Amino acid sequence: MILLRNVTKRYPNGHEALSRINLSLDRGAMAFLTGHSGAGKSTLLKLISLIERPSRGQIVVNGQNLESLSARQVPYFRRQIGIIFQDHHLLHDRSVFDNVALPLVIQGYRQQEIARRVRAALDKVGLLHKENAEPVTLSTGEQQRVGIARAVVHKPAILLADEPTGNLDPHLSREIMQLFLRFNQVGTTVMIASHDLNLISSLGKPMVHLHEGRLHRREAEA
Amino acid sequence: MRRRRALTLPPVHARFQAYGINHLRALVFSLGKLYRAPFSSALTLLVIAVALTLPTLLHVFLNNLQQATPQWSQTAQISVFLEDSVADAQLPALAARLAQRADVAEALPVTRAQALEEFRAHSGFAEALDTLGENPLPPLILVTPALEHRSTAALEGLVNALNHMPEVSRALLDLQWVQRLFSIMEVLQRSMVVLSLLLGLGVLLVVGNTIRLDVQNRREEIEVAKLVGATDAFIRRPFLYGGLWLGLGGAMMAVVIVAITILLLSGPVQTLSQLYGGEWRLDGLGFRGTLTLLGLGALLGLAGSWITVNQHLRHIEPR
Repeated sequence: MILLRNVTKRYPNGHEALSRINLSLDRGAMAFLTGHSGAGKSTLLKLISLIERPSRGQIVVNGQNLESLSARQVPYFRRQIGIIFQDHHLLHDRSVFDNVALPLVIQGYRQQEIARRVRAALDKVGLLHKENAEPVTLSTGEQQRVGIARAVVHKPAILLADEPTGNLDPHLSREIMQLFLRFNQVGTTVMIASHDLNLISSLGKPMVHLHEGRLHRREAEA
Repeated sequence: MRRRRALTLPPVHARFQAYGINHLRALVFSLGKLYRAPFSSALTLLVIAVALTLPTLLHVFLNNLQQATPQWSQTAQISVFLEDSVADAQLPALAARLAQRADVAEALPVTRAQALEEFRAHSGFAEALDTLGENPLPPLILVTPALEHRSTAALEGLVNALNHMPEVSRALLDLQWVQRLFSIMEVLQRSMVVLSLLLGLGVLLVVGNTIRLDVQNRREEIEVAKLVGATDAFIRRPFLYGGLWLGLGGAMMAVVIVAITILLLSGPVQTLSQLYGGEWRLDGLGFRGTLTLLGLGALLGLAGSWITVNQHLRHIEPR
């Protein structure tokens, strides 16, 4: 599902964020990406979602070699991925419903279909009763769950999350991780970058450790 | 890992449906945005309207002037003053000879006595004439040039030919003021073209600037939309409609302003034309003119936003 071969990412300022990374994640698998901040976790996720392009090496996602995708094809590629950020990137000028509906609106779904799917996604993250709320009126944990609903509303094959629990207390963090486990159980490939080792080591999924742009594999300890 | 395959796009009919739905949404959304910020929208529309009104009014006035001038040039006459030696009895024959020319429509003889009478009636010098005792006026033939020989060159040729006749003392063309008017109109026409180009550029810049601010204000939204797979066309669409509405709305206001101006001026113009013994009304934009103005406004708005959006969209990528 996700395959990186000898991937290096060097920024124009000379900083090498990733050095010769080899990594593969099977369809329907779930893995955690760990490491200190600045170790290259975010860069790796950006390369997989084509926000950045690698300096060297090959990336294949969902059967597509990313090198061969033109700028015009990038939007269609991204529709197969759901991305979740630490700072959830919600739009504050519209309701929770409209935020979650965005990926479906972009793909030109009909209004009834959008309503049905948005409500299903909000139901999964337990926020169905907040569909008309403004994002600012929600708690941090709720905002993060809205971000997750938006990432899964179009049923992507792959879910990428960059520090999804970074701003949350341990209890909420565990809830969010349970949510990801549930998505993985229904077949979504999930990759989550997190430095919360205490939490993720208890979840029984493989962990990949990044240190100064290099990869170290670790087995699940649970 | 399975075999590499090409990226699958949605089926064609689904894309067409999505295309239609997306257009409708962008259209409604962009109109809603104008409605939600009525004050700034009205201000922008007014600026565009003024920029479109100025050249349009100039165009309308030039059109009216051009329609009025044929009437005036019909009054163009050549006064052919004859030598003193020509007797009144010779006049009709001479006039008939002139009238046979291809470039002459009519030749009207005026005897010394008739000339004196007319002069007495219109000049207010009656008493002065009485003191002279004898009639100082020469006999005269009023020549009206044929319609198809009214160009400046043809008229000059005719005047020259008349001047070379032995019986003629002097032939005078009363057309100089019409020629001056024509050259003034040409200057105005050129000015209108330059003004139209400049103000059209102004509309382009106003729309471009408005849309640029709009793009910057919605930077975050654009980034998020790109992240969840929005195509450039999808992101561009509401901005393009926004520019289209600005141009079209400005043009509509310009149509109204032009109509009001013509309404206000038509009374005085009618009085003026009656004073000159003419009979012409001030014409408005007309149906075709209105459509052209609306089309041009919409086109300028669309072009302004297209240029801006394309320029700025490239620099907004998710980070």
